[in-house]
Amino acid sequence: MTSPTEATEPQSYTLRVNGTDHAVADAWIGENLLHVLRERLGLPGSKNACEQGECGACSVLLDGVLVCSCLVAAATAVDAEITTIEAIGDGNALSTVQQAFVDAGAVQCGFCTPGLVMAVHVLIDRSASKTCPLTDLEIREAVAGNLCRCTGYGRVFAAIEAAIAASAPQGPRP
Amino acid sequence: MTVAVPNTLADALDSLAANPELVVVSGGTDLMVAVNFGHRKPPALLSLRRVDELRGWSVNDGVASVGAGTTCSMLETPAFAAISPALAQSARSVGSPQIRNAATIAGNLATASPAGDMVSALVALDAQVTIASSSVQRTIGISEVASGPKRNTLAPGELITAVSFNAATGPQEFMKVGPRNAMVIAVANVSLVVERSAGAAAARLALGSVGPTVVRAHGGEQWIRDNVDWSTAPTERAMAEFAQRVCDDASPIDDHRSTAAYRRHAVGVCARRALVRAMKAMAT
Repeated sequence: MTSPTEATEPQSYTLRVNGTDHAVADAWIGENLLHVLRERLGLPGSKNACEQGECGACSVLLDGVLVCSCLVAAATAVDAEITTIEAIGDGNALSTVQQAFVDAGAVQCGFCTPGLVMAVHVLIDRSASKTCPLTDLEIREAVAGNLCRCTGYGRVFAAIEAAIAASAPQGPRP
Repeated sequence: MTVAVPNTLADALDSLAANPELVVVSGGTDLMVAVNFGHRKPPALLSLRRVDELRGWSVNDGVASVGAGTTCSMLETPAFAAISPALAQSARSVGSPQIRNAATIAGNLATASPAGDMVSALVALDAQVTIASSSVQRTIGISEVASGPKRNTLAPGELITAVSFNAATGPQEFMKVGPRNAMVIAVANVSLVVERSAGAAAARLALGSVGPTVVRAHGGEQWIRDNVDWSTAPTERAMAEFAQRVCDDASPIDDHRSTAAYRRHAVGVCARRALVRAMKAMAT
């Protein structure tokens, strides 16, 4: 991400991330949320692999909805509930989805993993209210925005299947 | 004011009127890519994120109205697919879940790319587009929104507020060609809308990524008017003729995504496939 050559008014605003208010001061208006999370708020769990919404490594929840944080203008995300990968799991306890990824050997370099975990959590939460099992197409569509360069996706899909199975019927460990 | 996040359309329009340097951001899926790579350096931002009145859709007397801030995700539902199968399918084909959760229908229109998937469906739907400023409101036909590749005809201070079109009365199809089943800018796309009224049927066909804007395939539509009996099955020879007519309607270019020759061929194949499906649906 480049900074402008001409000066614009520095922005100060508050972002609510993982239930906590964070003050952002003297920020450039064009900073995306991914940059602010990683560089200003000390939350490096969301990853930057493309910065153009193609890879999903930066995926976060904005008011409960899965989006690419690299495409969110941080200064406009005020009054939103932002949830990052840092909120998944509980201290040292992994969530159902995270554990499934580890058990399936679906984590190689690990760079895509946070984004995939966010997408799979959304998939499982959304399917909790459905009466019929998720189809292969629905699973693939749900993670179509997450790229992995290491695994060839085989172990990723095995992890997702295991996470889905482990989540029924009481829902995943958040 | 450098960043505005208004709650109402009226506030948004007033801000725009008072601050001409404000750059409008809706879902941000086009603008923020340009900002991230230094191609655009907005001096000020007007976010429409919290203007709830711009989000949602409704149907009255057979006319559907979709708010400008409605996201792709909101359109890929069974309830909306019954209103417009083509627009629902086009919305579902955009990007990825992350993109679809943010990208809006007006953003797709205002970006005015000839590859815009929802634009393609809206052209086949012959949609009307409502535009407002703090002083005036106007409604124009969908074909008047884009003046060229990524150029729209909005005046300073104007926002698209809604699009409207007839709710589905006949079969509709949307098809898109690209290197992957997700996350692609269309190499070519096709939208077909068949409208039934008073015992007759009329078809509109839109082609994307084969011209400076999304275009209506007038030759293909004329061929349908002259040759299609909706109660009969399509023949191989007739469909080949139709495909060729659609190919002639396209004026694609070579670029980094594809060649003119392939694009021309692709719209013919997709239009033919769409018409065959539509004729089967009409005959049953």
